[in-house]
Amino acid sequence: MKKRWPLWLILIHWLTLLVVIGMFASGLWMVDLTYYSDWYKTAPHWHKSVGLLLFAVTLLRLISRAFTQRPPTFGSKFEKLASKLGHSAIYLVLLALFTSGYLISTADGRAIEVFNWFAVPGLGEFIENQEDLAGEVHFYLAWTLIVLTSLHGLAALKHHFIDKDDTLKQMLRLR
Amino acid sequence: MKKLTLAIVTAIALNSALSSAHAADYIIDSKGAHASVNFKIQHLGYSWLTGRFNDFKGTFSYDENNPAAASVSVTIETDSVDSNHSERDKHLRGDDFLNADDFPEAKFVSTNVADKGNGLLDIMGNLTLHGVTKPVTIEAKKIGEGSDPWGGYRAGFSGTTTIALKDYGIDYDLGPASQTVELSLHVEGVKQ
Repeated sequence: MKKRWPLWLILIHWLTLLVVIGMFASGLWMVDLTYYSDWYKTAPHWHKSVGLLLFAVTLLRLISRAFTQRPPTFGSKFEKLASKLGHSAIYLVLLALFTSGYLISTADGRAIEVFNWFAVPGLGEFIENQEDLAGEVHFYLAWTLIVLTSLHGLAALKHHFIDKDDTLKQMLRLR
Repeated sequence: MKKLTLAIVTAIALNSALSSAHAADYIIDSKGAHASVNFKIQHLGYSWLTGRFNDFKGTFSYDENNPAAASVSVTIETDSVDSNHSERDKHLRGDDFLNADDFPEAKFVSTNVADKGNGLLDIMGNLTLHGVTKPVTIEAKKIGEGSDPWGGYRAGFSGTTTIALKDYGIDYDLGPASQTVELSLHVEGVKQ
């Protein structure tokens, strides 16, 4: 039998896509909320909570991935190399996003409440006006991730419709 | 008699000229943090939110015998705003409020001083904030002056003024109770 992606990795993959889109949209939207908006406190609270939970899920994903043999890849040598670099970049940017987001909210040593369920302690300020720098980094990384994710999606569609190989089917558990 | 009057007038004039020549220049002791620039604003009309600017520098000149000749100048680094909550400070430094990237400095420069007696002074001057310069009057009080234990000479004041945020082009809506900010300065100067 051919190697397939384990189900949990597939679920995490699509869950991550949904969360990334939601976090990107909510992140852009929430920073312009008015002071009297019902969402002024809730939106950042949920954004941070979801972000930290995705961080945990991503760590589990990376550990799991390290012990999983992936199904076959398709395409030219160049495509395979680009794919490897692209996937690594997505993981790196994701991790940097979690980190930079965390560094905004914990710059004064405050913990981050995750849905009033548990709190992730803050480590304080490593550099002056850390929340500003971390905020800028967070913003540009978010855009970078959206660009990388779009390229990733386009590449998958290219495999499916142009090359007619199993790349996308593997991630849909159709192969 | 006329001669005596003239002599007295001359003496007084000379004395005041001399004493104003003796007006001492002070550097505000921000290095030793015997000075602070604080603000407070109503939160929703239910309480006061206080904060401060951590980085500023300034000088003043003051003569006990001629307080009206005093002058003061203070420059504040707006990105040093500190309300003890980094997420809020980030918001305060951003476009909705101080826009510290475009307007890194706020400045107060006195234009003239009215001596109200008993160590009370009205310090009139221009406050530049968020790129807008407007006249304000700081109601100040001399706290004390004298030698310090380390061979220097110090004088200290406190003062407050209230500004409307809209006057300075800051129009983020914090609610009807939060239209104005009270600035309070506590400065101690070391005589040069």
